[in-house]
Amino acid sequence: MRIDAANLHYRELNHQIRRAVAAGERSLDLLNVNGQRYIGDGISGDVEITVHGVPGNDMGAFMDGPTIRVHGNAQDAVANTMNAGRIVVDGHAGDVLGYGMRGGELFVRGRVGYRVGIHMKAYRETRPVIVAGGTAGDFLAEYMAGGLLIVLGLDRRPREPLVGDWCGTGIHGGTLYLRGEVEPWRVASEFAGTRWAEDDDKADIRPHIEAFCEAFSLDADQLMGDDYLRIAPLSHRPYGAKYAA
Amino acid sequence: MSSTTTRRDPNAKPEAGTAKPNRQARAPIYRPPDFLWKRDADRCALCKRCVQQCGFDAITWENGPVVDPAKCVGCHRCEAFCPQKAITVEPNPQCLRPHPLWTEAHRKNLWTQAETGGVLLSGMGNDLSYPILWDHLLLDACQVTNPSIDPLREPMELRTYLGRKPDQIEVEMTDDGPALVGEMAPSLELEVPIVFAAMSYGSISLNAQKAIAMAAEELGTYWNTGEGGLHEDLKPYAHRAVVQCASGRFGVTADYLNAGAAIEIKIGQGAKPGIGGHLPGEKVSAQVSETRMIPAGSDALSPAPQHDIYSIEDLRQLIFALKEASNYVKPVSVKIAAVHNVGAIASGIVRAGADIVYLDGFRGGTGAAPTVIRDHLGIPIEIAIAVVDEQLRQEGIRNQASLIAAGGIRSSADAAKAIALGADAVALGTGALLALGCTLCQRCYTGRCSWGITTQDPALTRRLDPYLGSRRVANLVRAWAAELKEILGAMGVNAVESLRGSRERLRALGLDTTTMDILGVKPAGMGA
Repeated sequence: MRIDAANLHYRELNHQIRRAVAAGERSLDLLNVNGQRYIGDGISGDVEITVHGVPGNDMGAFMDGPTIRVHGNAQDAVANTMNAGRIVVDGHAGDVLGYGMRGGELFVRGRVGYRVGIHMKAYRETRPVIVAGGTAGDFLAEYMAGGLLIVLGLDRRPREPLVGDWCGTGIHGGTLYLRGEVEPWRVASEFAGTRWAEDDDKADIRPHIEAFCEAFSLDADQLMGDDYLRIAPLSHRPYGAKYAA
Repeated sequence: MSSTTTRRDPNAKPEAGTAKPNRQARAPIYRPPDFLWKRDADRCALCKRCVQQCGFDAITWENGPVVDPAKCVGCHRCEAFCPQKAITVEPNPQCLRPHPLWTEAHRKNLWTQAETGGVLLSGMGNDLSYPILWDHLLLDACQVTNPSIDPLREPMELRTYLGRKPDQIEVEMTDDGPALVGEMAPSLELEVPIVFAAMSYGSISLNAQKAIAMAAEELGTYWNTGEGGLHEDLKPYAHRAVVQCASGRFGVTADYLNAGAAIEIKIGQGAKPGIGGHLPGEKVSAQVSETRMIPAGSDALSPAPQHDIYSIEDLRQLIFALKEASNYVKPVSVKIAAVHNVGAIASGIVRAGADIVYLDGFRGGTGAAPTVIRDHLGIPIEIAIAVVDEQLRQEGIRNQASLIAAGGIRSSADAAKAIALGADAVALGTGALLALGCTLCQRCYTGRCSWGITTQDPALTRRLDPYLGSRRVANLVRAWAAELKEILGAMGVNAVESLRGSRERLRALGLDTTTMDILGVKPAGMGA
């Protein structure tokens, strides 16, 4: 089913999406999307949504199961508090991606902005995964509480840092993998420990790198051949000693 | 304290990078205990019940109960459950030498910090002696010319609707009589202008939350999940719940957002304006972990700001994300702490699309907050209600959102004064816990509550019977409702709607002119 989003307010567009999903539609093509917010917000079920254009903020917020493919860039707050599902963005994406995300996958082919993966969390069998193809901005994995965050740094410009400053501030769960080296001062060493990934670690990330590469027709073996920095919290209770008894 | 450690060279310099607070100081600074525990040996039957009842391990058994006074928090659990009435817990009269500046509390806090290097924590609300404006406000009553109404025989209306009200309504005549044109915004219908404040499962026990939820259902009002998710056992009460979404997003799913009657974005809390929440790992039990959807034993950190909200526009984005996720059928509330610029902030919140603004004054309670924050940040709720109500009226947007006032509502009189100042409803947090048997010992943050209220230890939580608890909470609100009707009758009005924002029916006693101006209240003795 196709929905032409041209000149549609987000409320009307999302109303049409929800109605189609409720009616059992399995495949939705959204044409001429131009900044409409909240696409896929709170929806569940087995549906594949393809976005042609640039979706607005909070795409896939609270989403529980569906797949969204964006043929273009995405804006801020993609996968906000997402529970399950898969979001694949062909271009770049903005700030605060995957805030409080509890499950599912977010693959961005290009660069991602600030505060990506903030407060991501894992719970039982659900483990959220974010893979950024390009570089990431400041405060990556801030307050991260669980899940897996991978930054590949593809197509880097000369002297472009792989990640910004304050990486891992307040991290108390989950794991972050960066393909390549970062200056030590970019990582919040009072919260996070850094070392090179070993075979077990690589085995952990391989299926996700493979899924990412499949989505964007990249060579997974080549990417897996590189060295990854593994950044993980020093404690699940980073502020345990801050308070007086 | 261990006494077998080897003596350290007093002149040795600490190794580089080890400048951590020394928690092993072997000779604690002496401070007299806060409470004295006394046992009448003639009455005592040596039944050990006091040992069992103490949640703080202050009483041990050595041929009889032995108390470590330093551990006694003065919660009176042992005293209440001593079958022989042999125990009394009293404030310790053996005080330090009095000093008006260096009070005993200051000295004791300072010593604790000198020993630990830590931030002091507290539970419940601000306990410093700031002026309480409720006690400087008096309500009007009718005499002769404007007769009072007898609530014993006249109907009195306390029903309250929380949510956005239209600028105007249009009515058309149909064959079935007059009918409203268009749809009204979603709102909450309350049988009493009192809701329960947000207290998460985690900060309080499941039995405590259940007691409040059951009371809310019985009373025709609402309880609030706090930022701790919705436990399976409480789903039958979800239709009476306001579900909270805060910076930690604990337990927030589309199902959760759709389960409640309304959704609340928590920006701030009166007891700790500007700082986040922090449920220590010890309180994240297996069950709490399920409800919050995080691993057991891990700290549940709610960062200070919501990192997707840095402006009114960002707030609007989240408000509408929640409305989209719940298909626009539930009102969205935004909870903030009362701070200096609360008027402009509330205006922004209303313009961002909130249906309810929840104001929490600086005396609001908490499960855990840094003492320095709890005691020194924010402003009184009395001032905040008046300022916000006035600003929204001046801007012509007062109808666009309802106001809930919280943070130190102790009685129906406080509730009536809050409503007269401009609140649509008040919220009860501490009051509800007191109804459950809390004695205000302020040690919620330890997770050792002997009364089973603010703990997750099964041995302690089972002490609170949710059914009995709900009776007491419901009784309290029913009593206040009856008193509110008495007050309304005495004031000659028959609906709480007529009292709302009616500051002309308030007078101030012993307040300065500026404060009276801000409250919009005349001094006692000044007529209409």
